[in-house]
Amino acid sequence: MSTEQWLGLVTGILFGFLLQKGRVLRFEKQVGALLIQDMTIIKFMFSAILVGMVGIFLLADLEIIKLSHKPMNAGAIVVGGALFGAGWAIMGFCPGTSVGALGEGRWHALFAILGMIVGAAVFAELYPFFKSTVLAWKDFGKVGLSDVLGISHWIITAVFWVLVMLLFAWFEKKRL
Amino acid sequence: MTWKTKDGGWSPYLAGALVGLLAIVSAYATTQWMGKTNYLGASTTFVRAAGIFEQKVASEHVAGNEYFTKTKIKIDWQFMLVAGIFLGALISSATDKSFKAEGVPPIWKERFGPSIGKRAVGSFFGGIVAMVGARLADGCPSGHGLSGMMQLSVSSVVALAMFFVFGVLVANLVYQRRS
Repeated sequence: MSTEQWLGLVTGILFGFLLQKGRVLRFEKQVGALLIQDMTIIKFMFSAILVGMVGIFLLADLEIIKLSHKPMNAGAIVVGGALFGAGWAIMGFCPGTSVGALGEGRWHALFAILGMIVGAAVFAELYPFFKSTVLAWKDFGKVGLSDVLGISHWIITAVFWVLVMLLFAWFEKKRL
Repeated sequence: MTWKTKDGGWSPYLAGALVGLLAIVSAYATTQWMGKTNYLGASTTFVRAAGIFEQKVASEHVAGNEYFTKTKIKIDWQFMLVAGIFLGALISSATDKSFKAEGVPPIWKERFGPSIGKRAVGSFFGGIVAMVGARLADGCPSGHGLSGMMQLSVSSVVALAMFFVFGVLVANLVYQRRS
C-alpha cells in the first residue's frame, strides 16, 4: 500500500473508533435525532466542528494547510440536500456511518451500503442530465461565509461557538 | 454531564471533540505527506466502489462515463479512510462489548414489524435516493457536515440545513404512528 493509502486507513480506524465510542453509528441515534428525541449525533457533530474549526482556521491562516470550499451550486445543494435528507431518514445511516454500523454488527447496514453503491452508479448515468439542468441553474462558486459577510472568520467562529454552547445547554436542560 | 454513557460509550461531546482534533491532524498530515490538504469525507468512495464493480462487467462503459472519468476510479486516501471506519468501529465495539448483531433496528421494528425483507428494501432504496442527493450536493454529513462546517463554507451550511430539514420531515412522516 502507498503512503496515501496507509494514511487514509489509519485516519479511518481512528475516525471509526471515535464514531463508535460516541455511539453515533446506530440507526436509533440517527433517526432519533431526526425525530427530535435523542440529540447524540448533533452533540457529537457540533463538538467536532467547534474544535476542528479553530485548528483548521489557525493552520490555514499560517498557510500550513489550504481551505477547500465545496462549490455553492444552488440547485445542486438545495435539490441534492433535500434528496439526501429524505433518503437518510429511511435508511437511518449516512455514507460514513453505514460502514461503521456494519463494523459494530448492525448487518442491515449492508443493504444501505449496496443501495448507496447503486445510487452512485445511477448518479454517474444521470450526470449529463443533471449537468444540463439542476447543476446549470446558478453556481456561486467556492465561497466561505467570511467572504460573503465580509468579516473575519474568527468573528464568525466566536459567534458560532456561543450559539452552539447555548444549543448544548438547551439539550442538557431538556435531556435530549 | 458525565464522560461515560451507561452502556460504556463515551460522552458524545468528548468523542466529537476528539474527532475535531483528528480532523485538524488529518488536514495537516495529508498536506505534509500527500502535498494536498484532504478533508474527511465518505460519499465519493461510493462512486469509486460503483466504478470498480462496473469495471468488472462493462469496463468500456465506465471509461466512457464522464462522471467516473472526472472522479477517477482508484483506491485512494478516502477509500481507505472509509475501510478504516469499518475496522475502527469493529475494534471499538468488540473491545467494549457493544458489538451486537442486528437485522432490524427497534424504531423500524415498531413501525414496520420484524420483517428483514421490508428493512432491506427500505435501506436499499433509501440508500439510492440519499447517494444521488449526496453526489448532487457534492458531500454528505462528513464532507459537508464536518469538513465543510469547520471551514464555514456557504455550501455546507446550506447543505446541512437541507439534510436536517428534509430528514426531520420525512422521518416524522415515516416513523410517527398515526393515532
